[in-house]
Amino acid sequence: MIDIKDLHKSYKTGATSLHVLKGINFSVKEGELVSIMGSSGSGKSTLLNILGMLDEADAGSYHLDNVPIKNLNEKIAAQYRNKFLGFIFQSFNLINYKTALDNVAMPLYYQGVSRGERLDRSMAYLEKVGLAPWAKHLPNELSGGQKQRVAIARALASDPKVLLADEPTGALDTKTSYEVMDLIQGINDEGKTILVVTHEDDIAHMTKRIVNLKDGVIIDDSMVKQVRAKDNV
Amino acid sequence: MFNLARWEEIFETISKNKLRTFLTGLSVLSGIFILVILLGVSQGMQNGISSQFQEDAANMIYVWTGVTSVEYKGMNPGREIQLRNKDYDQIVKAHENELEHKSSVYRIWGGMVNYKKESGSYRVEGIYPDYQFLENQTMLKGRHINMLDVDHTTKSIVIGKKVNDDLFKNEEALGKYVKISGVNFKVVGVFTDPGGEREESRVFVAITTAQKVFGAQNKVSNLSFSLPMEDNFDKATAASVQFSEKLKDKLKKAHDVAPEDDSAISVNNSLENAKRFYELMSMIKMFFWFVGIATILAGVIGVSNIMLIIVKERTKEIGIRKALGAQPLSIVTMILHESIFVTAIAGFLGLFLGLVLLEFVGPMVETEFITNPSVNFNIAITTVVILIFAGAIAGFFPAWRAARIKPIIALRDE
Repeated sequence: MIDIKDLHKSYKTGATSLHVLKGINFSVKEGELVSIMGSSGSGKSTLLNILGMLDEADAGSYHLDNVPIKNLNEKIAAQYRNKFLGFIFQSFNLINYKTALDNVAMPLYYQGVSRGERLDRSMAYLEKVGLAPWAKHLPNELSGGQKQRVAIARALASDPKVLLADEPTGALDTKTSYEVMDLIQGINDEGKTILVVTHEDDIAHMTKRIVNLKDGVIIDDSMVKQVRAKDNV
Repeated sequence: MFNLARWEEIFETISKNKLRTFLTGLSVLSGIFILVILLGVSQGMQNGISSQFQEDAANMIYVWTGVTSVEYKGMNPGREIQLRNKDYDQIVKAHENELEHKSSVYRIWGGMVNYKKESGSYRVEGIYPDYQFLENQTMLKGRHINMLDVDHTTKSIVIGKKVNDDLFKNEEALGKYVKISGVNFKVVGVFTDPGGEREESRVFVAITTAQKVFGAQNKVSNLSFSLPMEDNFDKATAASVQFSEKLKDKLKKAHDVAPEDDSAISVNNSLENAKRFYELMSMIKMFFWFVGIATILAGVIGVSNIMLIIVKERTKEIGIRKALGAQPLSIVTMILHESIFVTAIAGFLGLFLGLVLLEFVGPMVETEFITNPSVNFNIAITTVVILIFAGAIAGFFPAWRAARIKPIIALRDE
């Protein structure tokens, strides 16, 4: 599903250049649930942003579902993001003047789906995350966990190949974190490929594979025995 | 433009961001509203001053006499100068081909005019038929004094609208007889004058009749002339000034008045005044245009400012939308579409409110200098379009820049 080779990325800040990713080789098969771990500054978020086509690599190759991702202009990048990827952010990134339902429907709007169908499909995803009764509420009327579940429903709405979650539990307490992870595990059980960036050990152990990043290189990449979030709630 | 999905999206955004929409709309609305009122008042002032001026023909030359103030040819000052028929006849004969309209006037102030039990004191003037055009009068009904009246000293009388309203109320005036100093005159016409009530409380008879009935023999109070209007205003003024100078010299010589003695015989040249008036008008017009353009400019700057703020405020939202698959162009069109829609609605609403105010309050304004304030609809529409266009241009650049920032940077914007 994801295949990257010798990925490099550096940021220029004034005169100094910060080399963040120093040759990453990494691949993910369909249906995997992978966590990318590392302390802050290890480059894990940068890696996720490149995978999400929100940022571009300086060197190296990246294939997503056998499609080479390079030299994208904004237009094509937007198409690919819409078609291939679903994003889950630490700060939820919901549009605050839209209801939960309309937020979930956003990716479908950009796919050109008609309004009626858009809302039907979005409602189904809201049901899936258990928020159907909250469909007409604005984000600021929801709790953090609920917001993240709306964001997950939104990420699922366009039926992407891969879900990318950047610290999805970073802004949540432990109990809510586990509820969100339970949801993510459920989605993975249905066969969706999911990448989770986290710096929390317990969250990482709820995935099936942990990739450890340090100073821009992968220092460890190993399968783990998945801890079911439900058992810890 | 007719993409239904985008319209749905815009209406949703607008309805969920009421304050923002309201403020944008308000600044556009008030700008256009003020502009419309301003243009209306400017037009009203022009109308008002114009109508002050229209009470007489714009090119009228008017001669009146008084007493001498300077000793001349051994005669003491304080001598009263009286114009006579022969003065008028000589001038008409000498300048027959130059003159457009001509009339001598014999006037009695405060003549008592009676009809049945109604009576009033009005200016009674004996005139030639041309006087209608010199005074810029329009007949409401009947006719003015004509040459037959002059030749046959008929007792026909033309009355102003005010006189008609005072004496006849709702009665038909034409064909009725009014009494002046015990003499019956038959009403043959009612006129109106742009100068208003003051000018309409006058009555006119043939000059020959007036001189006979009021025992004036061949006395004349005033002379009144006009030259044909020329297309070139300056040329017309020059010709008119030249003629009035000649007129003054000739009359002063005939009556043994010192050439510099303007209180004995004076000539008033409307065109010369008109020139000053038109200069004043164009100054007023320029001033209002200046203020108007400044208002539009302020409006444009206001709209641009709000657009900049809107784009800034929505940077994060733009980032989210881009992460979800929005293309740069769709971001730009979303922002522009919304802003054009809001400014257009607000602009036309401001235009409408301004026009309504002018329409209903305008006629109630009763000062001599503002009459019927109104606005040129095309100019108003054009300003609205300019404002919308400027708003769109002003919004385009920040929108375009926002659409081009990488989503990762836009998302980081807090």
